Amino acid sequence: MNSRQLHTFFLMLISIFLLVIQSSTFAQVDTFEFENNEQQSRFRQLSDELRCPMCQNTNLSGSTGGVAEDLRREIHRMILEGMSNEEIEQFMFERYGDFIFYRPRLRAETVLLWFGPIIFLILGGFVAYGIFRRANLIAKTAVELNDEQEAKLNELVGK
Amino acid sequence: MNRLKFFAPVLFFVALGGILWRGLYLDSRTLPSMLIDKKMPEFALGTVSGEEVTNKDLPGQIFLLNVWGSYCLPCLVEHPTFMRLSEEGEIPVVGINYKDRNELAKDWLSTNGNPFTYSIQDEDGRFGIDLGVYGAPETYLVDSEGVIRYRHVSVLDEAVWQQEFLPAIAELRAESE
Repeated sequence: MNSRQLHTFFLMLISIFLLVIQSSTFAQVDTFEFENNEQQSRFRQLSDELRCPMCQNTNLSGSTGGVAEDLRREIHRMILEGMSNEEIEQFMFERYGDFIFYRPRLRAETVLLWFGPIIFLILGGFVAYGIFRRANLIAKTAVELNDEQEAKLNELVGK
Repeated sequence: MNRLKFFAPVLFFVALGGILWRGLYLDSRTLPSMLIDKKMPEFALGTVSGEEVTNKDLPGQIFLLNVWGSYCLPCLVEHPTFMRLSEEGEIPVVGINYKDRNELAKDWLSTNGNPFTYSIQDEDGRFGIDLGVYGAPETYLVDSEGVIRYRHVSVLDEAVWQQEFLPAIAELRAESE
């Protein structure tokens, strides 16, 4: 093995090491047992889509906060009890409000959150249309000059 | 008319800027409670000192419900306020010993003093979830009917007591008269 190969080999080793470290830091510590794969995938989906109320930029599955652990345990319990995703989400909503959802429900309080961007886009569209139309109009308008003005213009452009 | 046309976008962006500017200074870690104006959730749990308590054992008057734990440093910061409130008989304080171990909770109370009428032991945090608790300390203001009227997240010191709780309590008293 020459020094270049050795170099590549070590780089690969370090990359693999880093990958392993990274995935283990983000892995959940708790192990829940499920009756089937469907329940397990629902658990994963719910704990990925619900937000940890304490550490606000992580979901329940990525958080080690005390309340996130408890909420994962509750999700597990409710899945085993046969509750649907909607019922579990309602349970969370009644206790923690819209905040628990990464995709808040469409309600009077969240209408602006959902449609605000579209409203701004439409507003911006109107403004842009107005500007372009006016620019177009100005470009198309024929400018009529009398003889005197014509002479002045020619003088200015140096003809 | 033309002047209005010119200033409309300016005004619009000033207003939008104002709203966003305000948003920068909102504390996004303080979540609004979903339980305001709702009955305290049903519970039947033990206290730190070993008695069984349910909703029937709640004080029949306006009281504070304080979520605490022996591991929680901010709880130690707000502790003198609760000691004063209970010593002066200003308002009963019911504790929720949240996600703590019984012997640690007992130690904490005997070291620092016990301002609580009793402390509900919520070892696994299950009752905390029903209340929408997301970390100690939190303090709820509950009226004489057992309805939650106000929540304060994090330390309740004398300043918070004066500025937030006294007006809220005065409002409740005025309401019930």
